[in-house]
Amino acid sequence: MTGPFKIERRLDTPKWLKVAVPIASIFLAAIIVGILLLATGHNPFTTYHQMYSASVTADGALSSTFVYATPMLFTGLCAAFAFRMRTWNIGGEGQLYMGAVGASATGLVLGDWPRPLLIIAMILGGAFAGMLWAEIPALLRAYLRTNEILTSLMLNYVAGFFMYYLIYDSDSYWRDLSTPGASVFPTGKSLVPSASWPGITIGSFTIPMGFVLGVGLAVALLGLIRSTRYGFEMRVMGDSPQAANYSGIRTKRKILSVMAISGGIAGIAGSSQIGDFGHVLDPRGLEQAQYGYTGIVVAALALYNPLAVVLVSLLIGGLTNAGFALEGPSFPTGLVGTMEGIILFTVLGGEILARYRIGLHHRAPTTVGQAPASVTATGAAS
Amino acid sequence: MTDSVLDTGAGPAAPAAGAFPVAGLPADASGGSPKTLAIEAIEMTKRFPGVVANDRVSFAAAEGEVHALLGENGAGKTTLCNLLMGLYRPDEGKLFVGGKPVRFHSPRDAQDAGIFMVHQHLRLVESMTVAENVVLGWSPSRQLRFSPRKVETAVAEAAERFQMPVDPKARIWQLSLGERQRVEILKALYRGAKILILDEPTTVLTPQEAEQLFSSVHDMAGAGRTVIFISHKLPEVLSVADCVTILRQGRSITTVPTAGTDADDLAGLMVGREVSLEATTKVPDVPGPVVLELTGVSARGDLGAEALREVTLEVHAGEILGIAGVSGNGQRELAEVIAGLRPTTQGQVTVGGKQVPDGDPRAAIDIGIAYVPEDRMGTGISPNLTIAENLVLKSYRGKNMRRGPLLSTRKEIANAKVMIERFDIRAPGPRTLIRQLSGGNIQKVLLARELSSDPRVLVAASPTRGLDVGATQYVRGILAETARNGVAVMMVSEDLDEIFELSDRIAVFYNGRVVGVVSTAEANRQQIGLMMAGAS
Repeated sequence: MTGPFKIERRLDTPKWLKVAVPIASIFLAAIIVGILLLATGHNPFTTYHQMYSASVTADGALSSTFVYATPMLFTGLCAAFAFRMRTWNIGGEGQLYMGAVGASATGLVLGDWPRPLLIIAMILGGAFAGMLWAEIPALLRAYLRTNEILTSLMLNYVAGFFMYYLIYDSDSYWRDLSTPGASVFPTGKSLVPSASWPGITIGSFTIPMGFVLGVGLAVALLGLIRSTRYGFEMRVMGDSPQAANYSGIRTKRKILSVMAISGGIAGIAGSSQIGDFGHVLDPRGLEQAQYGYTGIVVAALALYNPLAVVLVSLLIGGLTNAGFALEGPSFPTGLVGTMEGIILFTVLGGEILARYRIGLHHRAPTTVGQAPASVTATGAAS
Repeated sequence: MTDSVLDTGAGPAAPAAGAFPVAGLPADASGGSPKTLAIEAIEMTKRFPGVVANDRVSFAAAEGEVHALLGENGAGKTTLCNLLMGLYRPDEGKLFVGGKPVRFHSPRDAQDAGIFMVHQHLRLVESMTVAENVVLGWSPSRQLRFSPRKVETAVAEAAERFQMPVDPKARIWQLSLGERQRVEILKALYRGAKILILDEPTTVLTPQEAEQLFSSVHDMAGAGRTVIFISHKLPEVLSVADCVTILRQGRSITTVPTAGTDADDLAGLMVGREVSLEATTKVPDVPGPVVLELTGVSARGDLGAEALREVTLEVHAGEILGIAGVSGNGQRELAEVIAGLRPTTQGQVTVGGKQVPDGDPRAAIDIGIAYVPEDRMGTGISPNLTIAENLVLKSYRGKNMRRGPLLSTRKEIANAKVMIERFDIRAPGPRTLIRQLSGGNIQKVLLARELSSDPRVLVAASPTRGLDVGATQYVRGILAETARNGVAVMMVSEDLDEIFELSDRIAVFYNGRVVGVVSTAEANRQQIGLMMAGAS
């Protein structure tokens, strides 16, 4: 226990530290991964340079980073929003699947609508499906007090099987039965060209429409949390459900509505997968990507701040993108996952350490000086 | 450390021979010979950001002395203890133990010097026996074998010697809170405590258990131990301690022998102004019209059993109705039903003739019922929100806190500044997290919020429990003033003095029923006491 250092809890963390710590943590992660790279016989600097080029500078690299970042942005917001109220919606994955199912159905049914209306309908279709799926654990939590972590997690698998069933095991509306090979290699029906969402293109660089939508959503969510009655109620609920009930907040409705918004956002992730990228319901692709679970990591790294989710989704999107580019015979496949893990570890660890002040034992605290009398006369300490 | 506490005990922390290291200390330390100082703190200062928790605190206690540290909540008692027991390190100042300067880096260092603390919230492993808890984590010897029998014998001996009966083989979960506290004390003694710090030890005890503890404390002092007794209760300090050091706002004000002082003096020193422990004079008013009315209300308790049985009561505007009774006879459920937090099974509650919807806290708030709950920290406030936010916990829905569709932080802060000023809330500022305040200040925030909505009814459940003298006085004053302003006040309290001091009428609860309602002017204690015990 005894050592040359003293560690004390900070009562308040200065603002600059809140920004500096995550950045320092990412550098620390880079150093640790560098050692790992050296141990596996790679030059860290060349590898980092390769990663940078594969995710930012190379031809089409940045566009592709945004492709990975877009779903993570939505699922990150989904988790961050619900987690703010300590409602642990782990079901972003399943809500994304259901959103994809809903958005592709809307796109297929309303294929002859004018393009802007069709796109809006797809967004809403996905959001609605995600919402409905999220309401199952929400209702169970609000009225039967089940643990939403378990129910929302298990419903991910249900949603996954449902999606597979639609394409592989049934003659559903979503499945393409028109070609003779379709029964051997089942695929979903492709959407009409007007159902694909327009991106913003600057030269060779394209930002998907979904990403822009996600940034707008992040700003709106931040406003909702910070400066509305709705957000105030969320804060009280997250801190003390009993106090919330006492102060007249309708706690059950609150759980239902927060889960609905959270699930709706994950549903839009599904819409964006259909509208921005896939244009067809592809269960295997969606399942392998695991964007719903990555969203939880993104939310945690962003400390549940919606605007930070935007940045973190780009960071993790870039890493994922670089990982696919680096993978090869001489490069261990798990290294990218390891790096993500180490970043998570250092950032969250740094966040905890930032709450403490570390100093040397025997130094006289001359810097503190004599406290003014007004400061001493408070009743706050006990 | 020594080879074995059990055998030789030659180390600094275990100076005596025998199973319990007691004989090495002067048995008659409280006698006429000049006393050696067991512990001396000189100008100890501890700062936290924005606050000086201990400001040049000094005190000294001799061997065999019972020394009380007296102060209000937030006066710095807990910080001082944490300094003494090595949990915090002082920013400035010196600490001497047995005449030698010490510098603790951890509680273990303090324990090696013989300083042990018995916390308010006991730290025992419930599934283990008393003897196991006594030796848990303590390995002064290099021997690997743990001999339960030796420990049990040693514990039993000490238990007898200090009149702290406890079965060494019993498991902790089988023991009452008072017995568990004895285990904590025995644990410290077994480990060679020379200086024992008891942090508000009577909070968890019944009056009989407290008496027993006091006599054990005297026995320990008689055996040369120094006992530091932390408290904000004046009568017990006067009865148990030899000397009292008074702390106020982080400073040690003075040290006085208890022989030459009385409760009024100590209260004055503690609060820093003249306080009278006499009753707040309540002007008897002509009662106004009935505001709150309960007709045949029944409700279930937490465990599903009927806790309220056909309660019929009325509270007039401008009066305080005291609800007396032994805890657990339906008082809490009564308050919760009125506040809409607990659904009824039959009967109705009306305010000004209008029925209050059942089990709907928001409707209760809107109809003008203010409620100060018994569970202050858990229900009454949102601990990790700021003072300003907690002050608008019920009014954020109204127009006054809004700017267009958004909540206005500026109005929230302005409101908080007014309340902090008006209710004398001691806090660094409106943005301080409320959990950092002392109990009395939290209660002031609660009252400020509840009264700022201009309620017609105020239900206050145990409003002064756990508060120090100053805050208690303040809260009682507010309740009386609220009634004078025409609010119908219902006050639940287990403290009969408080009931008699404040109420106009007293309703006594027993087993979920109203046993009787009497006017305070005509009531006497014996009568109320009998009613509380179930006689009507």
